[in-house]
Amino acid sequence: MEDTIAAIATAYGEGGIGIIRISGENSLSILNKIFTPFKNSKIESRRMTYGTINDTSNGHIIDEVLAVYMKKPSTYTAEDVVEINCHGSIISLKRTLELVLREGARMAEPGEFTKRAFLNGRLDLSQAEAVIDVIKAKTDKGFDVAVSQLDGQLSSRIKEIRKSILDLLVEITVNIDYPDEDIEYLTYENAQKQIKLIGDMIENLLSTADTGRLIKEGIKVAIVGKPNVGKSSLMNSLLRESRAIVTEIPGTTRDTIEESINVRGIPVNLIDTAGIRDTDDIVEQLGIKKSKEAFNSADFVIFIVDGSCGLTEEDNEILELLKDRRCLVLINKQDLGSVIDKELFQSKLNAADIIPTRLIDGEGIDEIESYIEGLVYGGKISQKESVLVNNVRHIELLEKSLKSLNDASQMIGAGEALEFVEVDINEAYALLGEIIGETVSDDVLDEVFSRFCLGK
Amino acid sequence: MGKYDVIVIGAGHAGCEAGLAAARLGKKTLMLSINLEAVAMMACNPSIGGTGKGHLVREIDALGGEMGLNIDKTFIQSRMLNTAKGPAVHSLRAQADKNAYHIEMKKTIEAQDNLYLKQGEAVDILVEDGKVCGVLLRTGAYYKATTVILATGTFLAGKVFIGESVTESGPNGLAPSNELATNLREHGLPMRRFKTGTPARALASTFDYEKMTAQNGDEKIVPFSFMNDNLQKDQVKCWLTYTNEKTHDIIRSNFHRSALFGGQIEGVGPRYCPSIEDKVNRFADRKRHQLFIEPEGLYTDEMYIQGMSTSLPEDVQEEFYKSIEGLENIEIVRPAYAIEYDCIDPLDLKVSLENRSIENLFCAGQFNGSSGYEEAAAQGLMAGINAVQKIDGKEPFVLDRSEAYIGVLIDDLVTKGTEEPYRIMTSRAEYRLVLRQDNADLRLTEKGYEIGLVSEERYGKYLHKRQVVDEEIRRLNKTHIQPDTINEFLISKGSTPIKNGASLVELMRRPEITYDELADYDKERPVLSDHEKTMMEVQIKYDGYIDKQRRQIEKFKKLENRKLSQDIDYNSIDGLRIEARQKLSRFKPLSVGQASRISGVSPADINVLLIWLEKERRTNRNEQN
Repeated sequence: MEDTIAAIATAYGEGGIGIIRISGENSLSILNKIFTPFKNSKIESRRMTYGTINDTSNGHIIDEVLAVYMKKPSTYTAEDVVEINCHGSIISLKRTLELVLREGARMAEPGEFTKRAFLNGRLDLSQAEAVIDVIKAKTDKGFDVAVSQLDGQLSSRIKEIRKSILDLLVEITVNIDYPDEDIEYLTYENAQKQIKLIGDMIENLLSTADTGRLIKEGIKVAIVGKPNVGKSSLMNSLLRESRAIVTEIPGTTRDTIEESINVRGIPVNLIDTAGIRDTDDIVEQLGIKKSKEAFNSADFVIFIVDGSCGLTEEDNEILELLKDRRCLVLINKQDLGSVIDKELFQSKLNAADIIPTRLIDGEGIDEIESYIEGLVYGGKISQKESVLVNNVRHIELLEKSLKSLNDASQMIGAGEALEFVEVDINEAYALLGEIIGETVSDDVLDEVFSRFCLGK
Repeated sequence: MGKYDVIVIGAGHAGCEAGLAAARLGKKTLMLSINLEAVAMMACNPSIGGTGKGHLVREIDALGGEMGLNIDKTFIQSRMLNTAKGPAVHSLRAQADKNAYHIEMKKTIEAQDNLYLKQGEAVDILVEDGKVCGVLLRTGAYYKATTVILATGTFLAGKVFIGESVTESGPNGLAPSNELATNLREHGLPMRRFKTGTPARALASTFDYEKMTAQNGDEKIVPFSFMNDNLQKDQVKCWLTYTNEKTHDIIRSNFHRSALFGGQIEGVGPRYCPSIEDKVNRFADRKRHQLFIEPEGLYTDEMYIQGMSTSLPEDVQEEFYKSIEGLENIEIVRPAYAIEYDCIDPLDLKVSLENRSIENLFCAGQFNGSSGYEEAAAQGLMAGINAVQKIDGKEPFVLDRSEAYIGVLIDDLVTKGTEEPYRIMTSRAEYRLVLRQDNADLRLTEKGYEIGLVSEERYGKYLHKRQVVDEEIRRLNKTHIQPDTINEFLISKGSTPIKNGASLVELMRRPEITYDELADYDKERPVLSDHEKTMMEVQIKYDGYIDKQRRQIEKFKKLENRKLSQDIDYNSIDGLRIEARQKLSRFKPLSVGQASRISGVSPADINVLLIWLEKERRTNRNEQN
């Protein structure tokens, strides 16, 4: 039997309540040892019971709590689960947890409850993966995507597509197996049509992949521009808007700063090329070098110029570097009057959009945020698709299965026999099965092992 | 009355292959049959092969079995089916002269060293300490045996239904085997009832051929056996006609008189070979059903009405058969009947076809819940080989799903089980591009040779064929042809002309160009046999696709090669669902691959199992460190 595990399930810190979660065979017996129900009320499955936690060594009350016992298998882990709602003080939670551990539970490893849910067959592979995403979600949007996946939305979509493939496979094999029967022959035209439909379904899913990934992992934006042009104003405005600095990560070089912010639900990692600011008039070339590094690692660049004065030599060098990159040019300091012609940028840059701003007053921030949002959603998402794909493994499998279908389609075009075509269609079927774990393969398991860090 | 290494109960298609294989492998073998006239009897259709089934016959032949050789001796019409499709699903089927088929097989058995064929009804098997040790006959005769193979076909507790009439009978009016049926149940074997049926036979002189479509044999006959090269001969015709609304009306208004619907038949019938009342009932919207009129042999005027088996009463039969175009005046000489019989739940068998509970007892053919001569023969051959392997203390001879249709058949039966008489179909095989009928020898003859069933002659022929094909492919690769020589021909075939020189192999990869057509531009070519030509051409043309499938097979083999110890306590593995624990404990699968095919074991269970194995492996490794 698996041992019983326990952990503080709520965030570390002071809060209204804090929850201890216990899962495993001994959950109930541990609860019975440490918990005294109020007025002899009885512990029933799925019923909150009010009472106290008493230290088993001296009988002292540790906390007054609400405890619930959930009988297996319909629980998160598919094992017996107990949750104790303590008052949210760190001391109360720590003492209660210590007591639970003393009575026979083991401290859970990170993600172990989910691991058990997966191992016990309560979650399929894509759902288990979603749990990790739910926990690690950086923004509301990312969280929504993960939750819908956990709910099985991706699974059910994949199952739908597989069903269509299976129907086609059945038609092909019936034709092969009963040459004597007067069964309507599956025409190449018809097969082609069905493959196209299935391919479209997969493409629709894949069209969400970029967005899905960006929502999950965030978009990297480098801000470049000469000193005092308004970079810090932009940073500050965006930060103020989002009110949520998730992390502050020192850049790989000492001179760049990365900040992760939340723009309308999308995690954005801003890279400020601090090098330029600090090295002012000393070595301009060094500044250019830093900028280069910054935007090489970025998904997208925001270039700020001072609209009140003309382009400097430094601006021109940056312009040269940005020539073929997707970028947003902010013509700042509009309050001081603009001497820069928009068309100049449009002629020099191939993929630039331009927004006039007055960053010091926060003017233009709305447009910038809309612009970033537009980048992520990009109009590429099929309106029909409510499921977002955001997992690299899933994307890879979807792409592979799409390729198999395309191969099949090509072979039909070349007039090859259906049983050859069938090999590729079958392959697509199997690959999609790997996403939800219905096709068992060693590779999937490798993935699981690496993500759940099994054993030692 | 004596002691034998192997006793085979039954001399049908399974029994014949089992007995011959065991005797050829040097074991003293006894074959028992209720009636010697029933040796290799074709109780139903007068043909061997068809989709999937033809593949099985080729595989049996490649391993050194008898079915392919016997049909080659006795066929009266031969056709390659599915030729409009690719080579992987080409399927050979031959009409047999039923009597000749029986006689030739019987002669082969009689001439075989170590093999003793006797008429006698087995009534019980004797079991000591969980091991089978002998067979008791109705006469009181008792034979000791090291191993016993059950191949009782439809004889076991056979019951024949014609409308309201029910008779205890084996096939074709032969005596049923009732006492053995009772005793096998006493031994605790999990038995059940299946049913199958056969259509009426009518006299050839009473059909109206003007109203039917003739079906001729192929001009160029492809033999079943890799041992035969040229079997050209005159062939008989088969005939095609259709049922009509009137036929269906007659059947529909007599549903209540069918034993099938009347409830007398408790056995489960095959979905893939349904009786006509079943077809009319299930496919109510179909206006007509196809039927074939096939000769039963050259020795008789009887014709077999394929596609029209029924358990309706004789008067209804007469009425609806005669409603069919071309059959208006037929004279029926044998009415159609349904037969119900005892068979074992094949989940009670290991992949070697040995019984799980009674050691040294092997089972084959319809007894295992299959249907069809070819399926029976394939199992008979494997049971015969494995009985010998067991006696010799060797590992069972097992073919996996990527190696042979035989592997698919047996794995399906013993792992997934079957709820109806099991028929092989190409769609049951995952890797049918590789499991072709043209390369059965390439896949299996080496293995058959190692087992000892493939003769030196066959093995030599096989090696020679491989060598010839390899050399020819090498030569074709090296032979280049110039644009001005070949372009005219290419254009005439609707094929893109070449700009620079191309090798013959490159040209042959084009779907529209065949080897034979290139003969004029390739004067140096050696003379190849048809078998060799087919194999060479398929290898060149379909190399790319076959490669793709090989990669799939590698993936499959990974799970197949993850062996599972027979001592695993599945009940101690957390996370396995209760049903999976029970099934796995009962089956004791040999590999993760096999475990994954057990019905009731889900992919999630397999993930749990794999994770458990990985944990074990890591624990063991840590302990070693």
